[in-house]
Amino acid sequence: MTAFTSADWGPLFLHFLAMSMLAIGGALATAPEMHRYLVEQRGWLDDTQFTASIALAQAAPGPNLIFVPVLGHAIAGFPGAATALVGMLIPSSTFALAASRWAGRRRQTLGVRAFVAGMAPVTIGLLFAAGTVIALPLAQSVPQSWLLVVGAAALSVKTKIAPVWLIAAGAVVGALGWV
Amino acid sequence: MNQPASPRELFLAFNALALQGFGGVLPVAQRELVEERGWLTREEFAELLSIGQVLPGPNVCNLALMLGDRFFGWRGAFSALAGILAAPLVIVLALALLYAQVATHPIAQGAIRGMGAISAGLIFAMALKLAPTLKNNPLPLPLCAAALLAAWTLVGALRVPLGWLVLGLGGALVLFAAWWLRRKRGPS
Repeated sequence: MTAFTSADWGPLFLHFLAMSMLAIGGALATAPEMHRYLVEQRGWLDDTQFTASIALAQAAPGPNLIFVPVLGHAIAGFPGAATALVGMLIPSSTFALAASRWAGRRRQTLGVRAFVAGMAPVTIGLLFAAGTVIALPLAQSVPQSWLLVVGAAALSVKTKIAPVWLIAAGAVVGALGWV
Repeated sequence: MNQPASPRELFLAFNALALQGFGGVLPVAQRELVEERGWLTREEFAELLSIGQVLPGPNVCNLALMLGDRFFGWRGAFSALAGILAAPLVIVLALALLYAQVATHPIAQGAIRGMGAISAGLIFAMALKLAPTLKNNPLPLPLCAAALLAAWTLVGALRVPLGWLVLGLGGALVLFAAWWLRRKRGPS
């Protein structure tokens, strides 16, 4: 762990600006990169704080993106939350507004179709990577965590159960000291 | 077709829909915007969504921005985006503050580990539900599968920076897809 200093605001903001542009197919696809930079490279967060941020965001209603301000909050309080959220929103929002009419008219053109076709497998691979990055540190300390991971994945694929109930069940199982 | 009366109505509508969306807002958005309020047809919704997926940034936020922009320009875009983020933000930061109070307690640490394992499972489930859509991808299925595994391994295990992966693997696949689609269509 490394303390966050005033010299780190710039790099923090720049990181989320970059993540915004790379979040093709959703914010969660950038979670592995946020873990690599914020936890492994900078040491502003530890594995527990990173996992807690994602778990808290999944326990709340709203878009997946809200794990981003929670990460910012864990790093540097409310100013950190604002920095992370604004950084994550500005580039992609500007781009969305500028490009929506352009891409709407050209949806069937070769370039747009090639982009969608080529990026789709990468995006899905990144979601698997995001699951891995969160599950591995848990499973390394407590191997039976895999049971929860696999059980939640199976129930979510096979049934229409709302995620919030699974999260609540996970909290109970964890509070009882089983993982 | 109906229309929202004001940016304020947009804000309130997106606020309501964000609060119903645990673990993803898109299915709620489709029901609310298309079926309940009639602000978009099913086709328009699918079109906005497909544009939102091509663009960087969270899909549902892009959708809110584009829909708001369509009705009231940038004021509408801002109202819709603020609507979808405001209430979830307050709730999640309240949860984070609450967690910070008890973070050192063993029971809280256990609970957050359990929630984290479930979160990982939910993300795997999202990926597993999306993977079959690759069957409709114009690229050959074995290539899609190889690209998926490569992205997973490179970023999940070898910790390659995302920028390199998107520019390298993503860029190569997009170029290949352009060549492949042109070849399939025949010389024009």
